Amino acid sequence: MSTSGISSSHMDTVIRERLNATHVKVDDISGGCGQAFEVIIVSPLFVGKNVLMRHRLVNSALKDEIASIHAFTQKDYTPEEWQKKQQE
Amino acid sequence: MSFVRSLFGTTRARAHLSATAVRATFSNQIPLSVRILQAQQARYLTEHARSAIDNAIKSSPVVLFMKGTPEFPQCGFSRATIQILGLQGVDPGKFSAFNVLEDDELRQGIKEYSSWPTIPQLYVNGEFIGGCDILIAMHQSGELAELLEQADVLVPEPVENAEAK
Repeated sequence: MSTSGISSSHMDTVIRERLNATHVKVDDISGGCGQAFEVIIVSPLFVGKNVLMRHRLVNSALKDEIASIHAFTQKDYTPEEWQKKQQE
Repeated sequence: MSFVRSLFGTTRARAHLSATAVRATFSNQIPLSVRILQAQQARYLTEHARSAIDNAIKSSPVVLFMKGTPEFPQCGFSRATIQILGLQGVDPGKFSAFNVLEDDELRQGIKEYSSWPTIPQLYVNGEFIGGCDILIAMHQSGELAELLEQADVLVPEPVENAEAK
């Protein structure tokens, strides 16, 4: 199960493409080996979905990427929720 | 949260599961060569893992699949999850943890079983709740407290409250 690392910019690109994301923030928390990512995803696809459904959507869209890394942690917001959060 | 029950990590559990598998195989009227072939196929192992996971999930009202044990978590996400369950006041008597690092079949099987790519994974009364990110979000929003309360899995309130006297 050893794999080569994935870059932050690759993650950013596939998240925008596959999840119709309007805002993406990818943090590589692996210390450089490309095996652990913390991501924030803002997408209209999350509207009307609870946390579990959002995570399942992201997990299935990024199935291959997640399978090849060690750790993946996500926070998912709708554009409206994200805007509200920015004003806090 | 001071105990860990593991169906997977012990030789006794393995022996029991194997015996069940053997009985199931022999009850079919299939030539030995075919039986051996079937036993070697991945599909067979997956069914075997599935029923073991079914039993694991039913073993307690609150079941956590994690890396390491509650006393010695071997991953930050598993550690955070244990801390949250502790803060919420989950009754240790209604809780079981399974260490996926002790069994590679469980480690791979649980991901497929739950359609969830990461560990830890929490089940409450047989229902998949989520992984670490979800538990943190639900902990912060108060949803987790509500869910655990409704599931009746929290340590009872201490009796020696002022009002009780």
